[in-house]
Amino acid sequence: MPDQLIYAMEVFLNGLMAGVLYALVALGFVLIYKASGIFNYAQGVMALFAAMTLVGVMEGQIPFAHLINAILGTEIHHFGWHLPALLGILLTMIVMVILAWLVQRIIFKHLVGQEPIILFMATIGLAYFMEGLGDMMWGANIKKLDVGLPQGINLWIDETTYNIFDYGFFIDNLDIVASIIAAILVGVLVMFAQYTKEGRAMRAVADDHQAALSVGVSLNFIWIMVWSVAGFVALVAGIMWGTKSGVQFSLSLIALKALPVLMLGGFTSIPGAIVGGLIIGVGEKLFEFLVGPLIGGATENWFAYVLALLLLVFRPQGLFGEKIIERV
Amino acid sequence: MKYKLLTATVAGVMAAMPALAELTFSSLSYRTGAYASNGIPLADGYADYMTLLNERDGGIGGELTRVIECETAYNTEKGVECYEATKGEGVLVYEPYSTGMTYQLIPKTAADGIALHTGGYGRTSAKNGEVFRNVFNYPANYWDGASGAINHLLDINGNDIKGKKVALVYHNSAYGKEPIRTLEVLSEKHGYELSLLPVDHPGQEQKSQWLQIRRDKPDYVLMWGWGVMNQVAIQEAVNIRFPMENFIGIWWSGSENDVLPAGPKANGYKSLTFHGVGSDFAVLDDIKKYVVDTGKAAGAGDQVGTVLYNRGLYMAMLHAEAARTAQDMTGKSAVSQGDMIKAMEAFEMTEEKMAGLGLANFGPSFKVTCQNHGGDGLVGVAQWDAGAGKWSMISDYKQSDQSVVAKLIAEDSAAYAAENNITPNCN
Amino acid sequence: MFYREAGDFSTTYREDSQTFPIKFDRYRYYAVLVFAFAVVPFIINDYWLNAIFLPFLIYSIAAIGLNILTGYCGQVSLGTGGFMAVGAYAVYKLMTAFPDINIIVHVILAGGVTALVGVIFGLPSLRIKGFYLAVATLAAQFFLVWLFNRVPWFYNYSASGQITSPEREFLGVTLTGATSEPWAVYLLCLVFATVSALIARNLTRGAMGRRWMAIRDMDIAAEIIGVNPLSAKLSAFAISSFFVGVSGALFFSVYLGAVEVGEVFGINKSFLVLFMIIIGGLGSIFGSFAGAAFLVLLPVLLKNVLVGGFGWPTDLAAHLEFMIVGGLIVVFLIAEPHGIAQLWRVAKEKLRLWPFPH
Repeated sequence: MPDQLIYAMEVFLNGLMAGVLYALVALGFVLIYKASGIFNYAQGVMALFAAMTLVGVMEGQIPFAHLINAILGTEIHHFGWHLPALLGILLTMIVMVILAWLVQRIIFKHLVGQEPIILFMATIGLAYFMEGLGDMMWGANIKKLDVGLPQGINLWIDETTYNIFDYGFFIDNLDIVASIIAAILVGVLVMFAQYTKEGRAMRAVADDHQAALSVGVSLNFIWIMVWSVAGFVALVAGIMWGTKSGVQFSLSLIALKALPVLMLGGFTSIPGAIVGGLIIGVGEKLFEFLVGPLIGGATENWFAYVLALLLLVFRPQGLFGEKIIERV
Repeated sequence: MKYKLLTATVAGVMAAMPALAELTFSSLSYRTGAYASNGIPLADGYADYMTLLNERDGGIGGELTRVIECETAYNTEKGVECYEATKGEGVLVYEPYSTGMTYQLIPKTAADGIALHTGGYGRTSAKNGEVFRNVFNYPANYWDGASGAINHLLDINGNDIKGKKVALVYHNSAYGKEPIRTLEVLSEKHGYELSLLPVDHPGQEQKSQWLQIRRDKPDYVLMWGWGVMNQVAIQEAVNIRFPMENFIGIWWSGSENDVLPAGPKANGYKSLTFHGVGSDFAVLDDIKKYVVDTGKAAGAGDQVGTVLYNRGLYMAMLHAEAARTAQDMTGKSAVSQGDMIKAMEAFEMTEEKMAGLGLANFGPSFKVTCQNHGGDGLVGVAQWDAGAGKWSMISDYKQSDQSVVAKLIAEDSAAYAAENNITPNCN
Repeated sequence: MFYREAGDFSTTYREDSQTFPIKFDRYRYYAVLVFAFAVVPFIINDYWLNAIFLPFLIYSIAAIGLNILTGYCGQVSLGTGGFMAVGAYAVYKLMTAFPDINIIVHVILAGGVTALVGVIFGLPSLRIKGFYLAVATLAAQFFLVWLFNRVPWFYNYSASGQITSPEREFLGVTLTGATSEPWAVYLLCLVFATVSALIARNLTRGAMGRRWMAIRDMDIAAEIIGVNPLSAKLSAFAISSFFVGVSGALFFSVYLGAVEVGEVFGINKSFLVLFMIIIGGLGSIFGSFAGAAFLVLLPVLLKNVLVGGFGWPTDLAAHLEFMIVGGLIVVFLIAEPHGIAQLWRVAKEKLRLWPFPH
């Protein structure tokens, strides 16, 4: 087989993995948009905040240490314990649920029925606030995140493909784990939405708030639940990305990677987020591989958007989005 | 500095303190934002050294030092605002730690007559002091660094790298593109093959670039990165099992922050440097004694001895010594901004001076002249030992290839002079 | 009792259709103009210019541009940063290629170039709507930034990839570069801001503005009554990009002086201008100025209060600043979702009745 084709296959597989990681971030957006019509700009910052909290809890950092030291003149930094990853994740989830409750109570309860762009702006305010809060609680320096996920080249795939193609494919272990976790997560979410009472209530709320209210669904509870689930998805995304690059401010920029995925997959579809993610991941990696060297490289940033744009021109609601029906 | 917030608030709200005679320095720091993890140790090192001078020596020549810190978050507009806000306070020298801000400040500081020091970054052709009268970039610049990397490759290959493949992974910005021209000229001279792999800001995702490196199998990879790009690049290099000793980063890609997340497998990663590494210097003991233990440290005190902390400290030392030179030249202790520029142009750093300051073998010796505002381009190589968790120098300081670098500097500074109607002069 | 139309008679059609029908409004407007043109240039210094007035004026022009597109025509665009970059690079190429021509001409031409680029990137708006369009304009944003980074012709093959504004003067007064006088630069930007506001106000009050607003409110119904959606949307993109391009050109040539496209005109710029118009009030020229003031001045004010006044450590102050800005945005939106302009309108309505309650 010609070399280029083998390389293309490797790039294709890596693109699928990358796409899964994007989809993980996009899932959070989809959940919140589906249930409450809010485009949550703060999703990236939530991932950062969740990852920072996880590291802080695991390392036994004292929240607001810098502030406390500055006010009281003390020198405290750590509680002194080190928690195992699972316990850390549990505690972080509790924090994210509290956050969801606060956000619902303080912000979105007062903004019910406003235009989408106003709600979007509110999430921007929330993003600013959480960024400042996260930095103030846990400090702005880079933190290493280690929850026991394996990293590095997968040797089995390397050897097997070497035997077949004379060239060992590079697939990162972390990517494989991330794909499996994302697949399980999506499966669980889809089953939750289809087969449980709360999931059905969530879909009812997504369809029509008034009608859901009239059949006795508690909007508040559903929204808090949705934000908590989105918080959990953000935590998982934060763990995956944070393991690769350390937990720092740039983590919040992964939200920008998720936007073309949302465009492609539609804002309201969970399977759409996955399929969109895969398409974007493969598309941008293959483009960079085939065309990148000819035009100077570093095309990944914009190609994802151009790809999504081209698709939207032909199908304005995205691949899986609800068909936009305009009534005059 | 650690104050109690409450007392600081009360003091600030009460009548303003009378202005003490003192030497003012500025710290355009970025303790927040995308590059906070790098900006924090830089600012800490700078502030701690100035505090040390006050605590241990009573200042410089009897004048206490004052550092005005202004948060820029690595944002050019905020940098401009910080500059405008602080320039009236008599700041002697500005060090923005950002190439973007440097380009802004070069014309502004020239018009306002304030010294601008951009050690190891900034506009490389500012080395030509005849065109850039008030900008100094000693002891080394990016083109020195590029040449220094090639020198190191020549060293470990018996002076012959013909036919070798060198890849440059760079941040797709003005900073990252700095070494390209120099590396291209050097590739013609030494016969190696150069391939360029740009990484888009912020560099969180580098899978494509490192897959390509895995396919192309270059012999050496050079990196010009900053911020998260460094950590991700080193992690990806570990993932594809690229031999770490063939991976060399510029001095802004060689700090503990960059290698620690990758863990023990990052062992052997190399980085260029223009100053000493490690915590084995007498001045750091002084810092522990007079600054950290008395609670006056700018940060948490855990960065002392890290690469970027040392760099901040080095810059503070260079500024303090330049101020001292200005005091000697003018005979008075309260030196002005103009005095500072003259002193920096006549500045000399020797091994004896550094040893006397507790920084024996810390940096290269150099002399600044009007034609040469950038030192002698002495670049060394450090290597990371993951087991011990420290960097150590593995080569001496060696001068960059001046036949190539000096020519490029002359060209670029001439272009700037032409664009801005500056006649090169030395007065 | 002083904020009434009663007693203010118009004798010509011209007077009848003026922008500010109430005398108090007119006098207030003249007072602001007199203060801005005749008083501020004498009291301005470098810090006020570079930290307060220039960013405020330049961002106001960009906010006016984006408000025309998003507020009046309803097309959400996140490509503002990229279009500002087009304006900056256009003015740079023009200034270096034709050094003898006036900078003011160059800025306007740069706006024109940006208008053309804006039309091209506005074509998808004919098919894509709402938030999808916002994300599609991000394609414009990222592509333009990549283009200016990649093609050396744009930065005149300089080794560093940065563009620097050469020194230019007008009527003997230096306008760009470090030796420029604060009052001269201020007046230049003030003139551009005032003229932009005048043009925008009159466009939006006229037939063109009504077409845009019809498209915003319900584009299918608008099409039925005869508004051509192609020309309305593309004209909105063109005129909006013109203003954004002028703003970008001024941003580069007189405010910053040297620009590195990835850092200065990145996605943050696009979001910042969008925030300005949402906070200020969509569909209002005054709102553009108010939003620009809020987002430009508030961080500077907070920094001066927290660090300068109270002496807090800079990083704590910066974190707190983020929290306060975010908190204020949320509080603001809860109190008045339609922005500062709406608050202003409500205040004026109350003032009309004052001192009577009903």
